[in-house]
Amino acid sequence: MSDPAALAFSGVFFTHGGDAPQIRNCTFEVPEGSITAILGPNGAGKTTLLHLALGWLQPAGGRISLFGTQLSDFSARQRGKTQSLLPQKEPTGFEYTVLEYVLLGRAPHLKPLAAPGARDIRIATNALSQTTILPLEYRSIARLSGGETQLLLLARSLTQEPKLLLLDEPMNHLDLRHRKGILELLLDWRAAGKTAVLTTHDPETAALLADHLILIFPGGRMICGAFAELFTGQHLSDLYGLAIRTFQRDGRFFVEY
Amino acid sequence: MTLLSAALAAGAVAALLLGRYPKPGFTDPRVLFSDPLAGQIFLLLRVPRVALSILLGMTLATSGAVFQLIFSNPLVEPGFLGVTQGAAFGAVAAILFFGGSLPAIQLSAALCGILGLGLAYLLARKIRFGGWILRLILSGLAVSALFTAGIGIFKYAADPLTQLPEITFWLLGGLSHISWGELLWVFPTACVGLSLLLLFRWRVNLLTLSDETAFALGTSPERVRLVLIVGATLSVAAVISVSGIVLWLGLIVPHLARRIFGADARYSLPGSLIIGGGFGLVCDTLARMLLPGEIPLGILSSLVGAILFIIILTRRGFRQ
Repeated sequence: MSDPAALAFSGVFFTHGGDAPQIRNCTFEVPEGSITAILGPNGAGKTTLLHLALGWLQPAGGRISLFGTQLSDFSARQRGKTQSLLPQKEPTGFEYTVLEYVLLGRAPHLKPLAAPGARDIRIATNALSQTTILPLEYRSIARLSGGETQLLLLARSLTQEPKLLLLDEPMNHLDLRHRKGILELLLDWRAAGKTAVLTTHDPETAALLADHLILIFPGGRMICGAFAELFTGQHLSDLYGLAIRTFQRDGRFFVEY
Repeated sequence: MTLLSAALAAGAVAALLLGRYPKPGFTDPRVLFSDPLAGQIFLLLRVPRVALSILLGMTLATSGAVFQLIFSNPLVEPGFLGVTQGAAFGAVAAILFFGGSLPAIQLSAALCGILGLGLAYLLARKIRFGGWILRLILSGLAVSALFTAGIGIFKYAADPLTQLPEITFWLLGGLSHISWGELLWVFPTACVGLSLLLLFRWRVNLLTLSDETAFALGTSPERVRLVLIVGATLSVAAVISVSGIVLWLGLIVPHLARRIFGADARYSLPGSLIIGGGFGLVCDTLARMLLPGEIPLGILSSLVGAILFIIILTRRGFRQ
């Protein structure tokens, strides 16, 4: 028998209250050691899917499991050690330093009344150097640029030492250099045998990173599968309601619209 | 931090020796033994009062710091969830209906303060929109407004010669009637509340994050938040039931502490505790020293607080 999937949805329904279910009978598997992109237009329910995987939203029906264990069987701390979320935006009210903020990622590893110690600081500084913002260690987070803030949040996610990274639009509003930085970090992450699921509305981002795709069409229909099978002009045109062509050059996929 | 603690301890000793008997100003420790009345004043009035002024400052400042972090809002003060106005309402009602005996006022203030929190909490559960934080803030406002209206009615109905001055004096706050009796029940309550807040001091940081982020970090934000709010509120209710309303302290000291120790609650909470204790001590010592009559503590805390606040706001950070 093969290893259980890192993340598996089976027949999941979800509704935001009285209206028609936003997610209907959603089934997919994310293999361990892969990067899966959830691709779809704005408002299709990508973040909802990520929040369901996180356990923050409860499905109205169906099963969600993480590495073979049902999500609802995880304790809060186990869950925090297994997966982390890079949120799309995060309001920051107080002037924490970069290091203090990243250390919050140690929360699931620490006892309720404990504070981070030398080992936690080592893990955090390691994450900061991986994300290239170690020189900003003592800077106030209020004085970071948008790109630096995104790297900060990613460093916090890494400090959590999860097996599965959930990333909500990780490439949004970033300049090319920061995009490239995050891209390489995620490719290294996969090379280390770990798993990532990211949402994006940008097919190019998916093309650069993903080996698996989950497409969410307007109206809620969903398909999932290997990248090469699903990254076609036909599917993308349906996804965005536009005529889109894909082409390949030097082994990379591009879109034209 | 050690320096500040030492300063606070030294300040407490100095404050114990400052007073207006036998003569205004500094009391020679030898007089305490030679003059029995001075000794009595020292033991029965000054010691509990100095202790309570420190406790008051510590409680308001630390709870204020926790509330500001929990609500991700640097403008909230510890009593805003209906506690301050509830306690004031309780005290005013007791002055009006039970003749204003001290225990009645204190008990009524403490109970109504907790009632205020309970009402705000229940109302927040009924609100059908917005996040948890917005709902609590809105219901805290609504409950405070209700109690304020009640206080207004009572003041209007009160006898302007006997009851109104007493009401006004209570609403301005002060520790002039403190004895060991008050300290004996305020101290344990506040200690339990403050220990709780300080034990959780690193975790409090997680509550400044949005709920889904805190959840993703493997915590249950609702539960921790509820525990901390109840702990903070109980100690605040206990303290203001004997002190009356002392505004600004719980709002300003946390700002000062964050400026000195940084935002991380691991340091800014103990910092608030110590600075708050010193603030309470200084204000109360001034309140009983400056004039032959007592100056209401609320006035001094507002005055000193406002001056400090203006200094903090206009200076660049003094953290290296």
